[in-house]
Amino acid sequence: MYKVYEIKKRIFDDNDQEAEKVREELKADGTFLINLMSSPGGGKTTTLKRTIDALKEEMRIGVMEADIDSAVDADAISETGAKVIQLHTGGMCHLDADMTRQGLEELGTEDIDLAILENVGNLVCPAEFDTGAVKNVMILSVPEGDDKPLKYPLMFQVSHCLLINKIDALSCFDFDFDACRERVLRLNPDMKIIPISAKTGEGMDEWYGWIREQVKEWKEAGK
Amino acid sequence: MHELGIIVHITKTLQSVAAENNLREIASVTLEVGEVSSIVPDYLTDCWQYYRKKFPLIEHAEMKIEMMPAVTYCESCEKTYPTVEYGRQCPHCGSWETYLVTGDECNIREIEAQ
Repeated sequence: MYKVYEIKKRIFDDNDQEAEKVREELKADGTFLINLMSSPGGGKTTTLKRTIDALKEEMRIGVMEADIDSAVDADAISETGAKVIQLHTGGMCHLDADMTRQGLEELGTEDIDLAILENVGNLVCPAEFDTGAVKNVMILSVPEGDDKPLKYPLMFQVSHCLLINKIDALSCFDFDFDACRERVLRLNPDMKIIPISAKTGEGMDEWYGWIREQVKEWKEAGK
Repeated sequence: MHELGIIVHITKTLQSVAAENNLREIASVTLEVGEVSSIVPDYLTDCWQYYRKKFPLIEHAEMKIEMMPAVTYCESCEKTYPTVEYGRQCPHCGSWETYLVTGDECNIREIEAQ
């Protein structure tokens, strides 16, 4: 005889609990984890390479590259000399907290100050799953258009910092900065917005400053 | 395909519920899915058909999906309106000071099991 059992549970509950555990462990280790998200081709890998080059003398950096397949990005990042591992999601479009934990174990967080998770290029699914990162950072690139916040609201709601990349290409596109800023802040009034060009380096100092501040705060919170 | 990821998480939850209650076989799973939860019910059922075969516990379990309507509340005029039709801007007074009341659910409501 089958019986009815009331469950009344959010489907994301077990992932959210796992994500909290990951954050607690990161705090104890003094490791600041950024979950970096964008569309495919938004400039995640280029931004990351430049960031590592600029900060590698002052903090120990580890990178987890998540892709459905291949190790193209991991190869590119390893040229910077940073510690890097490749995660394959096995066909899935995002990482969850459990996969992040496995990645962190492989990376070894005890001697890492800044860990960066380069999530799968996608603006929908990674927004749904908390990875356990301390802060979510998203990149929106100028060619994608200033109306992205209207199309993918959740991604803008769960992110803490928005890098508007490829500003060196502004003259080729009709990208309205003020309209974009207004749309983003309507969804997320606390969003830190930094316009950058990962290619020319413009605006990158403000981004490095944000990272330095965050890493310092996180280490103090874990003491 | 985040639907597959969602199915993986549903399965994990069902396994722990089964362990707690000594259940051997689940006959059906009823979900509450909000209209604006960004879950596509058809994809979810397809992923379920594929994934359930891996586990004897849920091998024959039917997935039932109940859609929950999306409703938004306006703080300026204190009225509610259907989210899917009007989005974030209140159709009564034009305000943007609105928030979602229901419609982003993604819950397991109940199961039939023995």
